[in-house]
Amino acid sequence: MQITIKLNGKQVTADVAPDMNLLNFVRSQGCYSVKCGCETSNCGLCTLWMDGKPVLSCSILAARADGHEIVTMEGCQEEAAEFGAFLADQGAEQCGFCSPGFIMNVLALFREYEDPTEEEIKEYLAGNLCRCSGYEGQLRAIRAYMAYKKGGESK
Amino acid sequence: MFTIRAYAKVSSLEEAYELNQKKMNTIIGGGLWLRMGKKNIQTAIDLSGLGLDEIKEEEDAFMIGAMATLRQLETHPGIDAYTGGAVKESLRHIVGVQMRNCATVGGSIYGRFGFSDPLCCLLGLDCEVELYRAGRIPLAEFAKMKKDNDILVQVILKKTDRKAVYLSQRNSATDFPVVSCVVSKGEKGNYAVIGARPCLPVIVEDCEDLLERGEEGWNAFAQKVQQEVAFADNTRASGAYRRHVAGVLVKRGAKALWGGADECR
Repeated sequence: MQITIKLNGKQVTADVAPDMNLLNFVRSQGCYSVKCGCETSNCGLCTLWMDGKPVLSCSILAARADGHEIVTMEGCQEEAAEFGAFLADQGAEQCGFCSPGFIMNVLALFREYEDPTEEEIKEYLAGNLCRCSGYEGQLRAIRAYMAYKKGGESK
Repeated sequence: MFTIRAYAKVSSLEEAYELNQKKMNTIIGGGLWLRMGKKNIQTAIDLSGLGLDEIKEEEDAFMIGAMATLRQLETHPGIDAYTGGAVKESLRHIVGVQMRNCATVGGSIYGRFGFSDPLCCLLGLDCEVELYRAGRIPLAEFAKMKKDNDILVQVILKKTDRKAVYLSQRNSATDFPVVSCVVSKGEKGNYAVIGARPCLPVIVEDCEDLLERGEEGWNAFAQKVQQEVAFADNTRASGAYRRHVAGVLVKRGAKALWGGADECR
């Protein structure tokens, strides 16, 4: 079946199988930041934005995304790199496998909450699993990023 | 992973209904639960083009479209205020925001899953479901019906005097609940709903008005729940553990509703 998706700003039309998931579709279009980590809709690694909202691309059919706007990390490089630098500064990453999904959800968090509380941050990011760390580095990075965005301390 | 041979984004409920009469065809809600199985689907029926993804507030009810996501339900300010945070509490522990942006209210309710937090929670409020053919029926009745080929169009959360608190116990954050519980107070009677037993949620009515009698009454009602509800073992918890925790949750819920405690939030 044919679908048309606005992927990272470009209209893409393609023939897909009815049971192809969005994850495999965006990867077939070269968006390799989007990965499958768990196969049980739990880990958040496959997070991308559909019409501006973070969703699990492993769990959405490509057919369902027909006519919608999709953004992966390939489509928000600047913003992702900006936050990614804070992650690196805090030594938050060890293997880095979970980072793309995590960063996409952090950026989505800041689109939804201007100034989230610690509890709101933790709740919003609860669906992003990192098996190397205890999340402390990631939380430090978020706090430093928020301070930087508010024009406080520089990084 | 499930397989799908054809995909039909329908343009009317009638079209969806006709397709849904064939055993090999299946309606895809959020698709979260279906993808975990191995079902072979002939035609996947997609309702996402029917405008069922809205939550509308009317004077006497909230009309929750079947394709509204769990996240929409969780973040609806009117529903949050009206239910005193109970609906939000039942949703915010489910996996993560991304998952709740995919899962639909219709899928969660139609599936009648024992583990379903929203099903348990909505049973504690005055809710009806609207089915395409059968029309409106109380949610409690729908929860007990065998799955048929009708279509869940919307959930109607009626604005009545009912107050409810939702509590759940999980082995770890974001996991399925091992017990879920609503304590519900209203003119038409007080009751508790116990879910994730692990089977379907059941309602225990407080016919003796125990809940109105302060702490002793709450304890007595909690005991009644523990005696009357059937709990079973699965990989997450034993039935005995569930029974114990259910009693604790009922007491906490009663304390929140009648004792002014804030433990439900």
